[in-house]
Amino acid sequence: MTRSRFLTWLAPLAFLGLFFFLPFARILALGTDFASLRPSFWGQTFNILVFTLWQATLSTLLTLLLGLPLALLFARYNFPGKGFLRTLTAIPFMLPTVVVAAGFNALLGHSGWVNLLLTKAGLPPVTFVYTLGAILAAHVFYNTTVVIRLVSTALAGMDMRLSDAARSLGASPLQTLWRVTLPLLRPSIFAASLLVFLFDFTSYGVILLLGGPKFVTLEVQIYIQALFMLNLPAAAVLSLLQLFCTLIFSVLYNRYTARATAPLKPRAAWSQAPKTNGEKLFVTIMVTVLLAFFALPLLALPVRSVSRVEPERAQRTVQAPGLTTSYYTELFINRRDSLFHVPPVNAALNSLTYASVTVVLSLLLGFPAAIALARPGRFEKLLDPFLMLPLGASAVTLGLGYIVTFNRPLPSIQCSVDSVQFFLPTVHCSLNTARWVLLTSPLLIPLAHTTIALPFVIRNLQTALATIPQRYREAATILGASRWQVWRTVDWPIIARATVSAGAFAFTVSLGEFGAASLLTRPEFPTLPTAIYTFLSHPGGLNYGQAMAMATLLMVFTGLNIFVIERLRLPGTGDF
Amino acid sequence: MKKIFLTFLILTVFLTACGAPTPTAGPTPAASDIPAEPTTAGSGEALPTDTAVPPAAASGEVRTLTIMSHDSFGVSEGVIQEFELANNVKISFLKAGDAGAALNKAIIAKDAPLADLFYGVDNSFLSRALDADIFEPYTSPALADVPTEFQLDAKSRALPVDYGDVCINYSKAFFDKNGLQPPASLDDLKKPEYKDLLVVENPATSSPGLAFLLATIAQYGDGYVDYWKALKANGVVVVDGWDTAYYTNFSGSSGNGPQPMVVSYASSPAAEVIFATTPLDSAPTASIVAPGTCFRQIEFVGILKGTPNRDLAEKFIDFMLSVPFQEDMPLKMFVYPVNSNATLPEAFVQYAEVAQSPAGVPTNLESMRDTWINAWTEAVLQ
Repeated sequence: MTRSRFLTWLAPLAFLGLFFFLPFARILALGTDFASLRPSFWGQTFNILVFTLWQATLSTLLTLLLGLPLALLFARYNFPGKGFLRTLTAIPFMLPTVVVAAGFNALLGHSGWVNLLLTKAGLPPVTFVYTLGAILAAHVFYNTTVVIRLVSTALAGMDMRLSDAARSLGASPLQTLWRVTLPLLRPSIFAASLLVFLFDFTSYGVILLLGGPKFVTLEVQIYIQALFMLNLPAAAVLSLLQLFCTLIFSVLYNRYTARATAPLKPRAAWSQAPKTNGEKLFVTIMVTVLLAFFALPLLALPVRSVSRVEPERAQRTVQAPGLTTSYYTELFINRRDSLFHVPPVNAALNSLTYASVTVVLSLLLGFPAAIALARPGRFEKLLDPFLMLPLGASAVTLGLGYIVTFNRPLPSIQCSVDSVQFFLPTVHCSLNTARWVLLTSPLLIPLAHTTIALPFVIRNLQTALATIPQRYREAATILGASRWQVWRTVDWPIIARATVSAGAFAFTVSLGEFGAASLLTRPEFPTLPTAIYTFLSHPGGLNYGQAMAMATLLMVFTGLNIFVIERLRLPGTGDF
Repeated sequence: MKKIFLTFLILTVFLTACGAPTPTAGPTPAASDIPAEPTTAGSGEALPTDTAVPPAAASGEVRTLTIMSHDSFGVSEGVIQEFELANNVKISFLKAGDAGAALNKAIIAKDAPLADLFYGVDNSFLSRALDADIFEPYTSPALADVPTEFQLDAKSRALPVDYGDVCINYSKAFFDKNGLQPPASLDDLKKPEYKDLLVVENPATSSPGLAFLLATIAQYGDGYVDYWKALKANGVVVVDGWDTAYYTNFSGSSGNGPQPMVVSYASSPAAEVIFATTPLDSAPTASIVAPGTCFRQIEFVGILKGTPNRDLAEKFIDFMLSVPFQEDMPLKMFVYPVNSNATLPEAFVQYAEVAQSPAGVPTNLESMRDTWINAWTEAVLQ
């Protein structure tokens, strides 16, 4: 390994070492008393592992089934409302599970819209919540955006001449898709599948809220053992098992994608309006599916947030439903003088700050790692699967690891401005030995989010970088371009799109993440998801309504952010 | 290109310059000090008051007292301000998940405690906290006003602050409409007329769920497994936690779910009135408070071992047990004060009920908790 290589690796590895591997090792070290485990533990664990793998595989396949045609839709065709629909698919990814569960319940629950229609039509109601079907549907709902984003980025950058050539040689559109397009997309499909699989594999909120207590995944069991039973040895064994599986998936993934890279071409978008009847039909069907599957459950929340629904009351048999904006106006009033009242604007600003810091940090750390991984040496090949570990690691275990690692005071530099002369402040700095604990600092949240977002960002950038033909760079160098110019004129235009997409991922991960944010909350720095939970922890129609109103605000807010990010025109890339 | 890099650069500098880029949107006055005021950099505590305090301020320095609690902790701004002004202290709160999770976090961090005080361990987890030895004893003079039935720790390491009864709530409308009497005992729940009507929380993931399990163990002893098997045969529904049970499954509240009975708190009907969308003159729900059907949760506070602020921590405990704080709690956390001099708010007197002879904690809880939960899981979920 050359020195420059080593330097590229230094920052991302140091970061992961400090904020992932160290805390993980610290918490595992607390639970080494394996002899205390009950004999039945191992058999039970085996069953849980089998179920975890089974539901994750099913969920991933279903996500691909919906995601791939949608990726094609977004990459190839223009249609009215495209930008809006693309944003719509990204929103679920950022919503807290409790909100998604509320959406699904409003649609498919006991007294949901579907069942109301069915009973009116004289049909038996469907049972959806607390079934495996609910778990699968929620996983598809959450993760389809990953497939759409990764695959449509690859599709948009694909060299059209290849499929044009196939077509002119007499291949049917389906043959072209199957023999040319899909193989070329293989790296991105694999990358998307791995990410989706890992999300489903470590799923926890969806299982608890929509699957019910009958379904237990490894992560749910870790949660029960670590946070409720304080059985650290059991949590350690389960976490290691989960980590080991993640490592195997990553290794397998690397093996299968090692040689499969398709050349990408930097150029303007070429998506067009559907022309043939077949194309029109495809677009119509996909848009309908998309609206039904993504818009309906999401729509339930804003509808609920403006309807006055009181529980049935003994004295009054006739309910008086109606529209109301009171849930929204109440959000801004601290009616009961509560110390922990959360004004929505502040929560939104906090969420935005955390997310922005996460984007910057994960791109800064992700770029060097992705560059090194795109042209792998032996060292990179060995290291690659380990970089994916944070995605498959137990959030609960990592959270406890943070507690035992960062609970000690750290020396910090304290600076103060002594005076300002000629507009230049004289800054006085000194070592502050007072208690500064990272764990209780708001900085910890974006750091934890970066740990989770980094594998995404690396994977996203690496897939794009690996597809740049080396000869482009060589040609540029021969023509006298400096290294910087090569990067600017060859690499950057190709990976700019992937950078936006990676940044958007980091952003969404941070906005929707609740585990790290709830690790130890400083009530004075709430995020939108924590604010929703605060309302849901007390009985009363007003609390429920305000939770729905806050969830609607979160949806609109995150949707707007994604919409803006996707429209970022990065300088030097032209229009795409 | 330039713009992007400039933005990166600025943000990086910002990040490295300030030890903690405290998102300055909090409700503290610190919100106004975003632009280039590195005085608070590195402190990470973002105290509204420390902007003007040089590192070595001598007299009158504002100290910080940190209280770790579960997520449901609530208090009025004015009440805390009163204590802060009287003692020249800044109170900082750390919320660490639900009751079980918060305690476990305090236990694994006990070598370097995250706070000076821990509030929110209840009697079902008290023995775990005492075994883990995380508290320093403090016999507060304020305990004189607290009935001895609440003082479960003889060494006063954990001091009672409030209590609440975990009871079954039911939808009045449902029982009226169907001409059905609500069940009057745990045994009644096995009757066919109550088939498919009850939702409970999983005791492995929810503290009211565990409390209700303990109530059945107090009543039936080893026969509790058979009791739960009978409940299962009678269509009891189990969900992961209180918010799912109450807002998704329960038909008496805003979720309009399928079950008209839910394991909640005896104070929940009062909350339904106080937090109603339109003013109500009576609660839409009621609690079953018959003997043996409820479990009384008592919540404790303790001084975390190794605190450098023992004097302030003692003062804060005295304050928590004093009448102003005790009278503030009911409407913030929907619990009852332990101080017998505290008066209850009107809404509580009118709509909340207190259990008649509630179940308490079985003596062998600490050694048996996991066994009970596992046996319950096997009987009910598998």
